[in-house]
Amino acid sequence: MTRWSETEYTTVRELRGPLAVVQGVGGVGWDEYARLTLASGERRHGLVLEADRDLAVVQVFEGTSGMDPGGLRVSFAGTPLRIPVGDGWLGRVCNGRGEPLDGGPPVLAPTSAPVNGTPVNPVRRRPPAEPVLTGVGVIDVLTTLVRGQKLPVFSAAGLPHLRLATQIAAQASTEGEAFSVVFAGMGLTHADADFARDALEPRAAAGELVLLLNTADAPVIERILTPRLALTVAEHLAFTGGRHVLVVMTDMTSYAEALREVSAARGEVPARRAYPGYLYSDLASLYERCGRIHGLPGSVTVLPVLTMPGGDITHPVPDLTGYITEGQIVLSREMHARGVYPPVDVLSSLSRLMRKGAGEGRTRGDHLDVAAQLIAAMARAREVRELADLVGRAALSPADLRHLELEEKFGGLFASQGQEELRTLDDAMDRAWEVLLTLPRSQLAMLPGDLLDAHGAGEAR
Amino acid sequence: MDALTAAGPPESGPGPATIVRVAGPLVELTCSGGVAMHDLVRLGRAGLLGEVVAIGRDTATVQAYEYTGGLAPGHAALPRGRPLTALLGPHLLGGVFDGLLRPLSGAGDRLVPGLAPEPSRDDGLSFSPRMRAGDEAGEGAVLGEAGGPGPVPFRVLVPPGAGGTVTWIAPEGRCSTREPVARVGRTDVSLTTEWPVRTPRPVRERVPAREALHTGQRVIDLLFPVAKGGTVAVPGGFGTGKTVLLQQIAKWSDADVIVYVGCGERGNEMADLLTEFAGLEDPRTGGRLVDRTVTIANTSNMPMMARETSIHTGVTVAEYFRDMGLDVVVIADSTSRWAEALREFASRTGALPAEEGYPAELASAIAAFYERAGAVTTLGGTRGSVTVIGAVSPPGGDMTEPVTAHTERFVRCLWVLDRDLAYARHYPAVSWAGSFSRDADVLDAGRARPGDTAAPAPPPGRARVAALLAEADRLAGLVDLVGITALPARERISVLAGRLIREGLLQQSALSARDAFCTPEKTAALVDATLAVVDQCTRLVDAGVAVTAVEETDFTPLLRAREETGPGDAAGVADRRDAMLGRLRALR
Repeated sequence: MTRWSETEYTTVRELRGPLAVVQGVGGVGWDEYARLTLASGERRHGLVLEADRDLAVVQVFEGTSGMDPGGLRVSFAGTPLRIPVGDGWLGRVCNGRGEPLDGGPPVLAPTSAPVNGTPVNPVRRRPPAEPVLTGVGVIDVLTTLVRGQKLPVFSAAGLPHLRLATQIAAQASTEGEAFSVVFAGMGLTHADADFARDALEPRAAAGELVLLLNTADAPVIERILTPRLALTVAEHLAFTGGRHVLVVMTDMTSYAEALREVSAARGEVPARRAYPGYLYSDLASLYERCGRIHGLPGSVTVLPVLTMPGGDITHPVPDLTGYITEGQIVLSREMHARGVYPPVDVLSSLSRLMRKGAGEGRTRGDHLDVAAQLIAAMARAREVRELADLVGRAALSPADLRHLELEEKFGGLFASQGQEELRTLDDAMDRAWEVLLTLPRSQLAMLPGDLLDAHGAGEAR
Repeated sequence: MDALTAAGPPESGPGPATIVRVAGPLVELTCSGGVAMHDLVRLGRAGLLGEVVAIGRDTATVQAYEYTGGLAPGHAALPRGRPLTALLGPHLLGGVFDGLLRPLSGAGDRLVPGLAPEPSRDDGLSFSPRMRAGDEAGEGAVLGEAGGPGPVPFRVLVPPGAGGTVTWIAPEGRCSTREPVARVGRTDVSLTTEWPVRTPRPVRERVPAREALHTGQRVIDLLFPVAKGGTVAVPGGFGTGKTVLLQQIAKWSDADVIVYVGCGERGNEMADLLTEFAGLEDPRTGGRLVDRTVTIANTSNMPMMARETSIHTGVTVAEYFRDMGLDVVVIADSTSRWAEALREFASRTGALPAEEGYPAELASAIAAFYERAGAVTTLGGTRGSVTVIGAVSPPGGDMTEPVTAHTERFVRCLWVLDRDLAYARHYPAVSWAGSFSRDADVLDAGRARPGDTAAPAPPPGRARVAALLAEADRLAGLVDLVGITALPARERISVLAGRLIREGLLQQSALSARDAFCTPEKTAALVDATLAVVDQCTRLVDAGVAVTAVEETDFTPLLRAREETGPGDAAGVADRRDAMLGRLRALR
């Protein structure tokens, strides 16, 4: 583990927000890990934000509340923060700094890794090509998650994104291959944290899940560490342990707010909506840790969940996330109001890697055609519904009316799913077919004739 | 080359310096003079690379290109006494490099700071001299050609500033990048050369760009063409198909060399691009596409400051091939990430922020980048060009944000990607209302020059297509209000014409086996077919045929023509036009 320097500095000159300025230090490097011991013996930790001659500016994870510069002793680790990594994390429930919440001993391991990670060489990346099945029908069929992909869930306040995130974390699998989940909750209320813990308990008990919970009242700086901790643990489980690992990170908006808060405390020049100018790069340094590597087993798939403040998709957090990630799953208030769970807006949702990760030999031969046809039919249905609102149902053609029927069936039969229901891909595909067959054969031009024959598609019903 | 060799003592110049401050990529040194702006510095024990960006009375400010974790005041720094240079040579073609032009293929799975991988030394090239000992060779003159695996003719030139009598030249046969191949005056010339990345390579003169870059994308070649040597910005929000469009151009445009700069973009996308290019054939030469491509991959999680450099490195590589008399296209995806790196560093140095935190010099930095494009007469007297295509990622799709707004002013062409078009699955989602090409007129004039047989005839019907689209857009607003049935017959045909042009002519699927790229001949045939059908429809309604009958005609033969015919199959398109016209005549 971390070996602390012999020297303990007692020369804290200034405390401001989450920052402590230590004077008279020598040889302390940027981004180095620091330990602060209070007069009471309580220990806190931080990172060096700036090393200027004999000054070190330390940001304190636990916050500076209750600190008195007089009694404070600071020592430095000599390196950037490293954490123990290994299988010992599986089955554990920890806070956002990786300290146990489950009453167990601290996680220890012979190997450690830097929390910031090191970028994967782009030429060593293996293009993602196999699916992760989430057991959520609408996602598996229409926006298939691919191993090594980063696919965010865009939600808004009041929508059941946490429920969906925990359901995916509890159910996802890679059909027989070793699979585990790292769930990082950031800025969760205590009620939400308890909910996540209960929902994920069985999988954690089975030794397949790591749960990191940063609550809304925990210091903001801890929140900046939480996703890095999760990804570092995941990378080791994947590329050394040979597992396919899904990292669920919720809520990235809380994370970005923490980043903004720290940036403001550091007096940095603000960019859009006062978020720091490096928000894009910072988010990329998290999301880009997904992927697969040539010659190594395992994969890291990242599923960030974020709430769009005011439902605004042009807000910097969803906007920059969209520029980095490979598609998005958008939840809609309208679907939610109609009682559909999960309330996925399939027309705004997209998995850019789906074409590579689904289809013959990966999921099912008819998967991509069915998905494309279903999306096209839903797009047509939406147009028809707008038309119907204007001119009335009476003016619609028979084909238009069938599309309205399809939309109804889509919500009820296909998209809706129980909150603890694990739906197999075959079940979901069968439902997709049933929905599609609402339409006459002439409206199903994107499906090959032999498939239509096999499913008994006809003109009349 | 300095950027690539381990930290040894510099030949001359400044002595060692000491680090006094580290804040992320910003590092301050004490120095005793002898350090110049933009000089390269190696920092700390790992020898991290950095560049001097400001010099004070007794300190110099350095921007580090790599992660500086663990770097502390008191650590040593070694100014190298020379700016960041790129090692240019035959190893570039088909290679993948980081923003400092260090080869990535030799590096490990993960990019550890301070790495200094050497470019592979190639001994397997064949050299054929074009000059003999005793010949006079000025700067830029072609000494010989080195053949590699690819189709690009690799010419060995007398470097800028050198020249004189050829005192020795290697004979025909195998050669190595290690050894010189000629001696001109007092300069040894080898297959490789070095050039500081922030300095444009000299040319004899700039010449007007008159030849069109054929991109193979109909909407561009027809409506918004760009000249070889022109500049293009491609603004588009996420999900508008920006990267796909740029990759299509990288694959199919008729340039000799493509420099693809992945600047702060997705790692998986880069991996996908590399895999795909390796398997694709160049339709013009039959060789592999990858052999005419230089890829600079600085993905979004790689150090931000190397991202800033990658743009300059990319253009320098392009200028190098241009000097061989080649047409080069630089594709930078995305310049917004580069601008963000500028902003990030400016804020660390405490520079006064201008718009949205960007430094005040943003506009001049963007201008300087695009100005390195151009058609030129090289020092050796041949023609070459660098075309720059830069993606812009406006935050929130806001086209008034500083990077987009400034870029628009400095480019000759703008291909705006429209979210509504992309949402309607209309790809490429190039907006005909928001885009422009200032090259179009010049190109048409150039093509019309008498006796110029090399240049193809201007695509007919551009003005007509643009006018029909504008008319259809205007009417679409009206249709939403009053309904299509309230419009007179002629206007309803205009609405129909808009649809036929959009679906039958402008849409082009990057995934299509036959239509991913399109020759000028097929484009012309499709324009001709579409306009002929529109004219026929107009004549029909003028002759009293009910407009609903025309509207309800099945236009599939016309709309499927682009998909069903091969990239150069103009005759196939004409057949389908005639079939469609026949179907329409039956309405009378």
